[in-house]
Formats: sequence, structure tokens, C-alpha cells
Amino acid sequence: MRILVKGAGVAGLTVAWQLYRHGFDVTIHERAEKIGRGASGFAGGMLAPWCERESAEEPVLALGRMAADWWEAALPGHVQRRGTLVVAGGRDAGELDRFAGRTSGWEWLDEAGIAALEPHLAGRFRKALFFRQEAHLDPRKALSALTAGLEEARMRFLFGMSAEGKATHYDRVINCTGAERIGRLADLRGVRGEMLGLETGDITLSRPVRLLHPRHPIYIVPRERNHFMVGATMIESNDASPITARSLMELLNAAYALHPAFGEARLTETGAGIRPAYPDNFPRVTEEGHILHVNGLYRHGFLLAPAMAGEVARRLLAEPRHQERKAS
Amino acid sequence: MLKLYDIAVQSRLLLGTARYPSPAILAEAVRRSKTEIVTVSLRRETAGGRSGGAFFDLIRDLGVHVLPNTAGCHSVQEAVLTAKMARDVFRTNWIKLEVIGHHDTLQPDVFGLVEAARILAGDGFQVFPYTTDDLVVAEKLLEAGCRVLMPSCAPIGSAMGPVNPTALKSFRAHFPDVPLIVDAGIGRPSHAADVMERGYDAVLLNTAVAGAGDPAAMAEAFALAIAAGRLAHQAVPLQPRDMAVPSTPVIGKAVFA
Repeated sequence: MRILVKGAGVAGLTVAWQLYRHGFDVTIHERAEKIGRGASGFAGGMLAPWCERESAEEPVLALGRMAADWWEAALPGHVQRRGTLVVAGGRDAGELDRFAGRTSGWEWLDEAGIAALEPHLAGRFRKALFFRQEAHLDPRKALSALTAGLEEARMRFLFGMSAEGKATHYDRVINCTGAERIGRLADLRGVRGEMLGLETGDITLSRPVRLLHPRHPIYIVPRERNHFMVGATMIESNDASPITARSLMELLNAAYALHPAFGEARLTETGAGIRPAYPDNFPRVTEEGHILHVNGLYRHGFLLAPAMAGEVARRLLAEPRHQERKAS
Repeated sequence: MLKLYDIAVQSRLLLGTARYPSPAILAEAVRRSKTEIVTVSLRRETAGGRSGGAFFDLIRDLGVHVLPNTAGCHSVQEAVLTAKMARDVFRTNWIKLEVIGHHDTLQPDVFGLVEAARILAGDGFQVFPYTTDDLVVAEKLLEAGCRVLMPSCAPIGSAMGPVNPTALKSFRAHFPDVPLIVDAGIGRPSHAADVMERGYDAVLLNTAVAGAGDPAAMAEAFALAIAAGRLAHQAVPLQPRDMAVPSTPVIGKAVFA
């Protein structure tokens, strides 16, 4: 079957990879000139379904727990399995109990336990939750690596507005264009997220750290070469304009509260993107003629895209046309 | 029935719409609480003053009255501007007025609040001011044109419940004919029942529901507690005494001791 995957963000590339592995002939079209220009490029890349259970319903854990294995199988060496550390400032210590009450898969750490995992946070927090089974990856590197792998496998990439070609050339179109479908797919809405990048050699972290706060919970994900990603706001809006001063201030405040060394860090980047979401904040695969839509990944792109890709593959493999071809 | 400006409602629970796990759960909480009024924040949900689009559509689709608020506004000018934006977006003259004086505790700037209330009431708004339990400030808000008052019973989001029952009591006693809505500080249904028993007209909740393990179930629990507290108030509860009072006469009973 000839498949056109529209959109080269995390959803599109994950679907393309899964279909290529099942032997489909895949073409990927991206309207931008490069991959990962939508929300995916601003993602945290946390494979943290146990933590996400704090605010998400059960399926996020059920479908998300296989994500780290999927990424490791697709991109060996990209997944860091070092868990997630969750801390709260002294005044917000009650937030940790609340978080623990709503999640599973954690263990309590005392000061010594925190220092053993993250020496630079020694003495800063008295208690923490450690989610040992969680993992993270670098989203931009992961997307580039998937693209390279697909190109190596001779799957075709088409870039730019004019490159799309005729949809009738394909047996199936998998639309993974995310926020671009807002207003066209029923019930799909945008949730704005803002992030920033920091660079400092004064502090090292080995794993994502979540700092709980009743109003501005944030996370900091370490990247290579002294870089850190700080995210992310959650604002009900389709506005993709640059980060607001207020959000920048809140994210920086939180980073500074985690460790004062971030006060001397260099601000390398700010970003804002629109996460597409359905009313239950859970992704779906929907059919419209010969088009399959994969959308609504919300704040769980890297976490739930593998499960959605699996769902797309199952549907295509179950189609009579595919079954016949296999038989012949 | 509770009359707030020109609208009468049955439910005495007003529900905030922020920080639910998902809009679907928010909708379920609204349904199970049977609330007739939801508040929605314009400031945080707009990012740059544009419409929140799909989220606002979801709010409108709940089929209840919308009380837009100016949450996050730190100045009179900002609050007035946000109120005007809210009027355009939701086509209502109602505005829950918040002018924050302290960014950490979110205590209201009562001076700015009175000033903004005066400006907005003069412009045809029906103002629901988020205020403290200070009687003088409340007087000034009424002078400024407010016909509803919304005192907090504890800091926003603290979930502590009524921290100063004496102040709540005198506030109610001073304004017997003004609809009083306890806004902020409620953590549990028992807190809500408590203030309703004291004669408050309604309760506004957000974090206590949105942050609960099962927000929709908690919304229903609050609705039941608020209805119970209201009924108890109408039934005139006993006043506490400092000694035991047996419910059956003691005189004339056989004494075995």
C-alpha cells in the first residue's frame, strides 16, 4: 500500500517509522521547509507516564508505559532511563503529598537520597519523589534521527507548500498535521505552551526534575553540553506568538528556585507552540474517507505517539486490501 | 432562588474553570454540581489579548451563565481593560473583579479594587468584587455601585476553610440584604457547609474541585454540602453553649446512683 503521511512532527515521523517497519511504502510531506517546526520541536521529551497521571487519566499510563521501549528500539542510544525527580519548595511541601496521592511508581527520597541522585541539589530539598521507571530523550535529536533512518530506508520526503502532490496517488493518507487542523477537526482545540532554553556549566542534572507549585509547576530537562530545557506553560489559547514576559518570568523564577546557579545561566532560546487537544486531552485516530487523522496529542507527543502509530498500523494491516496482498 | 443583579439561580455554587485535568472533566463537574454559573479567566487564557477560541466555545457550550473574571490583573487599568474584553467575548455585563495587590499571596489590592469597581459600575458593568472580610472596604464597594460582595474566607487556593469565623459573622450581620458569596479559601465540602450555615448566600470554588482526585465527584459533594448548609441556615441551627443541656427533663426521674 502507498501511504502519504502529512506532517513531519513527532506524530507523523512516528507513524511513518512504524509503517515503514511493517513494509508499507511511505511518503512524508511537510509543509515547512524542515522537520519538527511545530509543537514537537519545543517538547520536553519526557517519557513520564507515571508523573503525568497526576493530571491525566489512566490510559495515558496504560499507553505511555511502552513509549521508552518503542523509542529505544527505533533509535538505540537515544533514551535515557534515569527516572524523574519531583521536588517542591518548603512552603509547597504539601504539593508533594498531593502528587504522591495521585500517582504510582514512586519512592520517597530524603536529603541523602536526593544528593545521591543529583549532587547539585544536595541540601536544597528535604524530600522528593523519585519515579525510577521513567525516561527522557532529546526531541530534536530524536526527530532528526527518525528522519535520517527513514531517508536511509529510501522513504521519500517532500518539503514545502507546493510539494504535496496528488493525494489520489496514494492508497491512504495519514494526516498528522497537529494544530493546523484546529477548526477543521471537530472538538480539536489549541493549548499554548511556552518554554525556554538555558545554558550553564555551574549545575549538572542527570534527569528531568519537576518543581511542584500550586500555580506554576515546571520541569527542567537536562540536554547535552550544559543545556537545559525549562517548560512549560499551559494556556488555553491558539496564539502561537512569542513567549510573554510574564511566562518568561515565571519559568525563570522556578528555575532559579530549583537552583540559584540558573540565575547566571545564559538564555539560549525561548519558544511557544500550540499543542492540539481534544476535550478529554487524549489523542485519537479518526477516519475521514481514505484519510486517517492522528491528532490531539496535547502535552504527550513523545509519550503517546508510539501508541497512536501502533493503532494506525493495526488498522491498515487489518484492511482487506492489505490482507489480499499478503495472501497473493 | 438567589438573585444576582438581574439573574435568579437555584444553585448556590459558582464554579471556576481553571486547571481541570481536561475540559471533558470540567464539563462533567459542571453537570454533576448542577451549577448555573461558571467563572472564566480572561487574562490567563488569552495570551496577548486574542480570543481563547475553542476553550471559550467549550465554556459557552456548557449552557450555564458565564461570569468572566479579571484574575491575574495587578492594576486598575489592566482590570478595566480585561473586563471590557470579557464583555465583548461573552456578551455579558457581569464581571468578577479581581485586582491583585500581592503577586505571591494573591491578596486583593482593595484600593485599586474600589477604584476599578467605580469605573466599571459607571460603565454599566455588574460587578462581583473579590474582596477581603474588611467591612469598610465592603462599604466602599457598595458605594461604588457593587450589589454583590465576594469576601474570601482564607487565602486563594489555601484550602484552609474559614480562618476567621468572627469576621465572617460580623460581615454577614453588617450586610444582611446584600448577596454574599464566599470566594476563595474553601478546601472541603464541610467548609462550604459551614459558611452556608452562617447565612452566606453562595460559595465560589475552583481549586477545591479542579485539584481533587475526582473533580466531578467532588463537585457533586460540594453541591450537596452547600444545599445542606443552606437548608440548615433556614432551619435556624442551635447556638453552641458552654455546658451540657439534656434533651429530656431530669426532674422527676428515678435516681439510682
